[in-house]
Amino acid sequence: MASKLWASRAASYFRISLFHRGFATVIKDFKYADSHEWAKVDGSSATVGITDHAQDHLGDVVYVELPEVGAAVKQGASFGAVESVKATSDINSPISGKVVEVNEELKNSPGLVNASPYENGWIIKVEMDNSDELKSLMDSDQYSKFCEEEDAKH
Amino acid sequence: MTVPGTRNIGLPLMNLVRLKGVPTLKQLHLEERLLRTSSDNWCIINDGTNDPTVVMGISGKPMELLEIDSVLQDEIPVIRRFTGGGTVIVDQGTIFVTFICNKDAVPGLQSYPRPIMSWSSLIYRKVFQGIGDFGLRENDYVLGNLKFGGNAQSIIKNRWVHHTSFLWDYEISNMAYLKLPKRAPEYRQARSHLEFVCRMKDYIPRSNFIDRTIDAVGSHFLVRSVELEAIKYPSDTKFKPSSGLLMKQELEETAIDSHTGIAVSQSLQL
Repeated sequence: MASKLWASRAASYFRISLFHRGFATVIKDFKYADSHEWAKVDGSSATVGITDHAQDHLGDVVYVELPEVGAAVKQGASFGAVESVKATSDINSPISGKVVEVNEELKNSPGLVNASPYENGWIIKVEMDNSDELKSLMDSDQYSKFCEEEDAKH
Repeated sequence: MTVPGTRNIGLPLMNLVRLKGVPTLKQLHLEERLLRTSSDNWCIINDGTNDPTVVMGISGKPMELLEIDSVLQDEIPVIRRFTGGGTVIVDQGTIFVTFICNKDAVPGLQSYPRPIMSWSSLIYRKVFQGIGDFGLRENDYVLGNLKFGGNAQSIIKNRWVHHTSFLWDYEISNMAYLKLPKRAPEYRQARSHLEFVCRMKDYIPRSNFIDRTIDAVGSHFLVRSVELEAIKYPSDTKFKPSSGLLMKQELEETAIDSHTGIAVSQSLQL
């Protein structure tokens, strides 16, 4: 398929490995956005981060741009960014609400996003505006399938 | 104007904007605005910028990256840009080439840093075919083991930008404003700036490079020229650029902190 031709040509020419791990880990009870962020719901608030699939594809994170506590976030909209491999990549919020806490550890240890994407690498905590928004997110099985399909297309 | 001889059947459209001597901050604002508010693909070529300017990546720390006293003394502007990556000093000898694309503009390309970087190297591989030993080494464009272009990217939900500052020519004195960075690629092997970079002018005429780049782009896209003044922006979108000039005060405070740090460490050694 022509779409893969350039990738394999580039890979062999530059000896770049295009292979990622065959699977990305997911956490069973979390909810997932198609832009590869997760939400862990706890009552009316949620913790948000990027998934294992995302951190693996992004490479080593060297900097995280965090929002201010008190900032509003909107489902599907950018609230911050990570820097890896000379790129800034937007982080989009899986839910709307108000930022009540940010992970200050990421200022000195941005690599936590890679090492522990679902625990110590959490990024923000949000007081949700509307928990109905969670219905539009994927569960872990749906998200795993989504990642497989996305990787297979490229 | 379409580039003659291109196989344009079924290729996505790429708007080509050719600039000359546009100030770096204005270029960055244009790029970020097109990234966030346009739904078209763009290739921007800025042939040189008027005044020497230091441009740091989003997370750049002046104290670590710059010889601040010289920068302040010579009043060199310092910009923090919206993309990642390292620090460059740009001037009239720099040629800027930027791609701003929808995530599905290149079939089969995943919208992540490394795939985008690989794809861009295919464009320039074509440009330098028969001219030099072009390579992509640890995210730098090199001829042999000498860097001649610095890359950076910004990736949003459905679009990405990949931009490069090419060292067509440079002033040796300007390199002195930059410190040896802490985060450096392995292949640099602690070489000084002058031992690490090369001038593109030693390999290819300036206009030839630009023409060959446009031609290479034309093998992936249907290229259409657009004048800067003719670019229309959607009226309903709010946009505030994040690239900005560092204020003199911020740099002066950094310089003071740096001198205090040196004095303290010297007094501790007594």
